[in-house]
Amino acid sequence: MEKTFDLAGGSVRDLNQFLHTGLAQSSVSRVEVANPNGAHSIAVGVDHPVDIQVRGHGGYYVGGMNKQATITVHGNVGWGVAENMMSGLVRVKGFASESAGASGHGGTLVVEGDASLRCGISMKGIDIVVGGSVGNYSAFMAQAGHLVICGDAGEGLGDSLYEAVIYVRGRIRSLGADAQEEPMTDADYLKVDELLKRAGFSHNPTEFKRVASARQLYHWNADADQEY
Amino acid sequence: MCGIVGLLIKNPALRGELGALMTPILGEMAARGPESAGLAVFSEPLAAGNRKYSLHAPEWDYAWAGFEAEFIRRFGTEAQLAVKGNHAVLVCDEMPEAVRAWVRERFPELHVLSAGRVIDIYKDVGHPSDVAARYGFPKLAGTHVVGHTRMATESAVTPDRAHPFTAGEDFCLVHNGTISNPFMVRRKLEHQGIRFETDNDTEAACRFLEYRMREGDTLEQALVKGFQTLDGFYTLLIGTGDKLALVRDAFACKPAVVAETDDYVAIASEFRGLAHLPGVNNAKLFEPMPEQLYVWTV
Repeated sequence: MEKTFDLAGGSVRDLNQFLHTGLAQSSVSRVEVANPNGAHSIAVGVDHPVDIQVRGHGGYYVGGMNKQATITVHGNVGWGVAENMMSGLVRVKGFASESAGASGHGGTLVVEGDASLRCGISMKGIDIVVGGSVGNYSAFMAQAGHLVICGDAGEGLGDSLYEAVIYVRGRIRSLGADAQEEPMTDADYLKVDELLKRAGFSHNPTEFKRVASARQLYHWNADADQEY
Repeated sequence: MCGIVGLLIKNPALRGELGALMTPILGEMAARGPESAGLAVFSEPLAAGNRKYSLHAPEWDYAWAGFEAEFIRRFGTEAQLAVKGNHAVLVCDEMPEAVRAWVRERFPELHVLSAGRVIDIYKDVGHPSDVAARYGFPKLAGTHVVGHTRMATESAVTPDRAHPFTAGEDFCLVHNGTISNPFMVRRKLEHQGIRFETDNDTEAACRFLEYRMREGDTLEQALVKGFQTLDGFYTLLIGTGDKLALVRDAFACKPAVVAETDDYVAIASEFRGLAHLPGVNNAKLFEPMPEQLYVWTV
């Protein structure tokens, strides 16, 4: 069964209350969100395997804290799309503003267009696939998970990386502190192939390069020249 | 947090609707800055020898007639004064230096918000929707507008610290963010004889850019010097007699979204401010990149 929320008249609070408290007891398997008009916090905190279609541009935090749901935005989104996502899938057909997938623990975020600055900041296990390019300081302090960039990366990519791995198809303007380019292994090609298939992109995995942590910042080096 | 609002009408047939299109953007951005609001509206320029001055008085029912009579007595010239409560626009053929000095001396309670041939300014404390209703923003006509909703972070909530700030003639600036070296910038400018009216950080950015342009820089050159000089977080929207300019600092942690169609260029801190605009779903939508110049000409 399908249920529609029109945000031109209705409120985001009504939508989210249904998703949090009404959905599990209902037979609704698909929720349509009409006229999102850039509203914030659309479909945050969902914990149910439901298909949510947002028909337009979303504001901040669309699909934040998502568990299980599949959320598609037929437009652009503001800051922090799928921030702190636990599982499920969030797909953005347009571009995503800053901090896409920030702190995400799990699930998949697909941005078909570009993602702005700080994409995947502090990601903790989420997989992010960006069809276009990402802005500066992406994957800053990224701890776990994968960031696949089909276009170019901006400045300071992967600054202070932990164990997240970044794959870039295009040009990297600059790497951040402790991020380094590494040879692709067979496991990397398989991983990129799997992630591209999950996202629905048809690039060849051999076009990607791997960026990961050099692990030089893990321990304080008291002998280092203390000049910054 | 603050909200920035910009609209430049490309299609001359829509210039009468400038205020009607802009006011809902300002209202939507009120959530980012609920305590004061203001705008600069740019319309047809006065003849070369004429100037207009936007003035702000401390009371809504200020005795403007006395001001007008005194102005005519002093300058011996015809003056038109259009009053909207505690705001008035004075049109005359006296140049800014003389008028500013005279107002400062004779009417220290008044604040000259702007001077020029094209610009009018309205700004005050209060919820942006109330401010918009107070001064009839929906009825404004013109080529472009620069607006702001304020949530103060570093100086008091007063009408003179609301944005836009102005300097020189037909130049204004609104700001979302914090400039962290305003006093350094200010000390350098004060040595050039530039006078500050508030302790607000945005005023330093405004006066710096206008100073660079008076020194011969183009708007674009001044903005590049701004990247080198202004430290901190900022999205700046600047209005001149015939231009609208938008820039973000290198870290770009203060937002902005641009929607451009054949009819208009619209700017807001968040897309929800632009969602009501006609044709916005087919507009070219983008976010300005850090340290890039975005300049549109009327």
